[in-house]
Amino acid sequence: MSAVQTKVMPTPPTKVGSIVNDFSITVGTSNGSGSQTSNLTILRSLFKMGIPVSGKNLFPSNIQGLPTWYTIRVSKDGFLARREEHEIVVAMNPDSFAQDLADVIPGGVLFYADDIKIPVSREDVIAYPMPIKQLVKASDAPSGLKNYIANMVYVGVLAQNLGIDLDMIHQALEFHFKGNQKPIDLNFGVVQSAAAWAEDNLEKRDPYQVERMDATSDFIMTDGNTAAALGSVYGGVNFAAWYPITPATSLVEELEEYLPMLRKDAETGKDTYAVVQAEDELAAIGMAIGAGWAGLRAMTSTSGPGLSLMTEFAGLAYYSEVPIVVWDVQRVGPSTGLPTRTSQGDLSMVYFLGHGDTQNVILLPGSVNECFEFGWRAFDLAERLQWPVYVLSDLDLGMNQWMTEPFEYPDEPIDRGKVLWEQDIEKLSGKWGRYQDVDGDGIPYRTVPGNRHPASAWFARGTGHNEFAIYTEDGGEYERNMARLSRKFDTARTFVPKPITDTMDGTDIGIIAYGSTEPAVQEARHHLAKAGLKTDFLRLRAIPFTKEVTEFIYSHERSYVIELNRDGQLHQLLSLEYAPVCAKLTSVAHLDGLSITARFIVDRIWQDEEKK
Amino acid sequence: MADQTTRTRGKMNLAGLAKSDYKGMPTTLCQGCGHNSISSQIIAASYELDIHPESIVKFSGIGCSSKSPAYFLGQSFGFNGLHGRMPSLATGAMFGNHSLTGIGVSGDGDTASIGMGQFKHIMRRNLPFVYIVENNGVYGLTKGQFSATAEPGLTLKGHGTNLYMPVDIAWEAVVGNATFVARSFAGDPKQVKELIKAALSHDGIAVLDIISPCVTFNNTDESMHSYAWGRDHEVALHELSYVPPREDILVDYQEGEVIDVTMHDGSSIVLKKLEHDYDPTNRSRAIALLEEANRKDWLITGLIYIDTQQPSLFDVYNLPDTPLNRLEPSQMRPPRESIQKVNQMMFAG
Repeated sequence: MSAVQTKVMPTPPTKVGSIVNDFSITVGTSNGSGSQTSNLTILRSLFKMGIPVSGKNLFPSNIQGLPTWYTIRVSKDGFLARREEHEIVVAMNPDSFAQDLADVIPGGVLFYADDIKIPVSREDVIAYPMPIKQLVKASDAPSGLKNYIANMVYVGVLAQNLGIDLDMIHQALEFHFKGNQKPIDLNFGVVQSAAAWAEDNLEKRDPYQVERMDATSDFIMTDGNTAAALGSVYGGVNFAAWYPITPATSLVEELEEYLPMLRKDAETGKDTYAVVQAEDELAAIGMAIGAGWAGLRAMTSTSGPGLSLMTEFAGLAYYSEVPIVVWDVQRVGPSTGLPTRTSQGDLSMVYFLGHGDTQNVILLPGSVNECFEFGWRAFDLAERLQWPVYVLSDLDLGMNQWMTEPFEYPDEPIDRGKVLWEQDIEKLSGKWGRYQDVDGDGIPYRTVPGNRHPASAWFARGTGHNEFAIYTEDGGEYERNMARLSRKFDTARTFVPKPITDTMDGTDIGIIAYGSTEPAVQEARHHLAKAGLKTDFLRLRAIPFTKEVTEFIYSHERSYVIELNRDGQLHQLLSLEYAPVCAKLTSVAHLDGLSITARFIVDRIWQDEEKK
Repeated sequence: MADQTTRTRGKMNLAGLAKSDYKGMPTTLCQGCGHNSISSQIIAASYELDIHPESIVKFSGIGCSSKSPAYFLGQSFGFNGLHGRMPSLATGAMFGNHSLTGIGVSGDGDTASIGMGQFKHIMRRNLPFVYIVENNGVYGLTKGQFSATAEPGLTLKGHGTNLYMPVDIAWEAVVGNATFVARSFAGDPKQVKELIKAALSHDGIAVLDIISPCVTFNNTDESMHSYAWGRDHEVALHELSYVPPREDILVDYQEGEVIDVTMHDGSSIVLKKLEHDYDPTNRSRAIALLEEANRKDWLITGLIYIDTQQPSLFDVYNLPDTPLNRLEPSQMRPPRESIQKVNQMMFAG
């Protein structure tokens, strides 16, 4: 066990330049001060240097003033999960200075704004003051912008100290400001003068260094909400209704950014879509269900509290069989909870969303790239199944920048499912039933408004209905219909994306996880294997569980189920489904609102393994 | 053959349909319920206007009133959704094919209590939609509780006396930026029918607050939602008739005797003056009138307010002529070569 610990958290040597591309930088600023531009600039310039990086924004639920942190992990090995150790800390905010200083690892580095008049009380930390005010004063920025460019000073100082290529910083700024020369020049000017100041005034005494690599040229960098929006655009979304909620808001905002660019009809210049900002989440999903019923590819996006409000409508869509796509970018609950922290706490709720007997189809993207893929795939699934499909992302995946493989054009044609138009009804001589299970797969045929065949219309309802959508209170009819819905859920098992497994030779220990936890799981497996504990990994990508999940659980002596919530919700759902072998499953759940770390996973698995 | 059809199905209209083709399932509401009378007028109006049932989409929420769309226009698509949520369902659905005509039936509980929020917002958006409220002041399906439109002091068997001030649906509609607001009385079927015809021609939200007595729970002579009270207190603003597009107004009126409102589709509403001089295009007058009516216990009926100039929801969206639900996959998925452009827009390593 101690061997593993050492691997995860090495004690840094102090020789200058001896630790290359393998550390974390955490910047503490105050919210609303414009530090996001600076932090993204560092992240992007490192990425542009070919070095694997990740960035995690830890921000308060506040417009301006409260402390906020941004952590960049630089990893030559490509491990991009959050770490608990901060080698380099940049302290710009007097309010968080004491904590920022305490967070630096022994032998680590503190860069701090020299107008913070709190003494650096640690001797095991290398401290570099930065004359922020002086450098800002010297810049030719208009006075209104001086506060915003103050954060560019630490970009320049870090660049000089660590060896970040200024050309790459320029490219990052060009991207950020979309080629708008004025802010590019202004910000870059500050970076240059700060770097020049650091070169003249700061003697490097710490071991951290960056060097060019070639590990990112096949990747792009973006966030999961942007990817989800783009995936939806390629999935043919016709209608989106939404209500603002962190951390889902940017998903539809990105949709509104890209739809006009990509989805205007080439011939007519007309929009092949409509987006409506609703008055609340009830109306948002109500509109989406109306649109889905009327034959549109319809979606909404929200987070936990919004989904709570949507529950009654979710049940209606399940029972009346309306296709819609619902993105849940999860945050920490219950209630308002921690609205700017990440979680996988909605899984159980979504699985059972709706009163009475419901089981919902869920997609679980595990990367930004997969947010794109599931963005379009969700519509095919929803229309094929004539049901809501819930896509569970989270704040970490949705709002943070990730390096990811480029988006791939959908490799399957759009599938609208079983829709009957005028000529189809004609062929059936007008004889059809909306809820008849003609094909034995539980999926009936449907028509949509605007169908001109006189026999096409039917009356959708949330009340008890027979195979012809006629009101009935007959218990037998009700039971038969509900049994068909259960059959349809079994059909869904064969449609949903299969899990991805990654195995090692000669182990009977499994790990099951999903979503944003994958990088930490893979890093943990690496460390565990080095210490002698091999593991197989199943990354779940959808519910209902497919036969691959069954086989994985049965073929392993024991499996650890890793997720971001208190109660181990996936562990619970698996235990229900696989009750006879549920003792094989151990929950490893992480709750604090931050993304999971490899260290947490390693420690918990070792603790358990030592008892065996 | 034609004679035989005429004998069994009745006279055909220009759509080639008999009046019976506009019927729905048999009603399960109480005998004498005002809602049945309104359903009949929806059927009559649609038949007389030669509407193809496939071009209408019906909606409702939950309650006695919301059951009624099953009892008219059986050849039209319909969605009986959730309590108070008809507006959102209808808004989304009408985007499916914006050339269709939407008609919704709600109740006073469905609209003025649980659904007040969505009611307000469908008006803001000016969705082209006929929004009928069958207003009886009482919850029927749950056996006679007060609704939000019940007058204070109303006593109902088993439920005591209502303590709270009522919601005036027509007033809420006028201040809520609805572009067509009418009030009527189920006991005045001719007016109900003409108002429905006019509302079907309106290119925006048309709110019809129709007092529709509940014969089981709230029909005593002193109740403000009863047949007797309605008959005694109805003050018609005008004699209203709807003239379809391309049909001439045949009757000659004296100068100043009528107001003629031209609708978006070329039809017109002819309002023949009765004892009051009333111009329904004046919003502050409409508000003052409703205030006066409430003060004087009048059941004001007729067209209270109309604005034919306000852009409808579909005027402010840039939708194609082809309905969105008939687009080809090739119109819904950007071309293959675009993906490279998209990837280039992301920050590349």
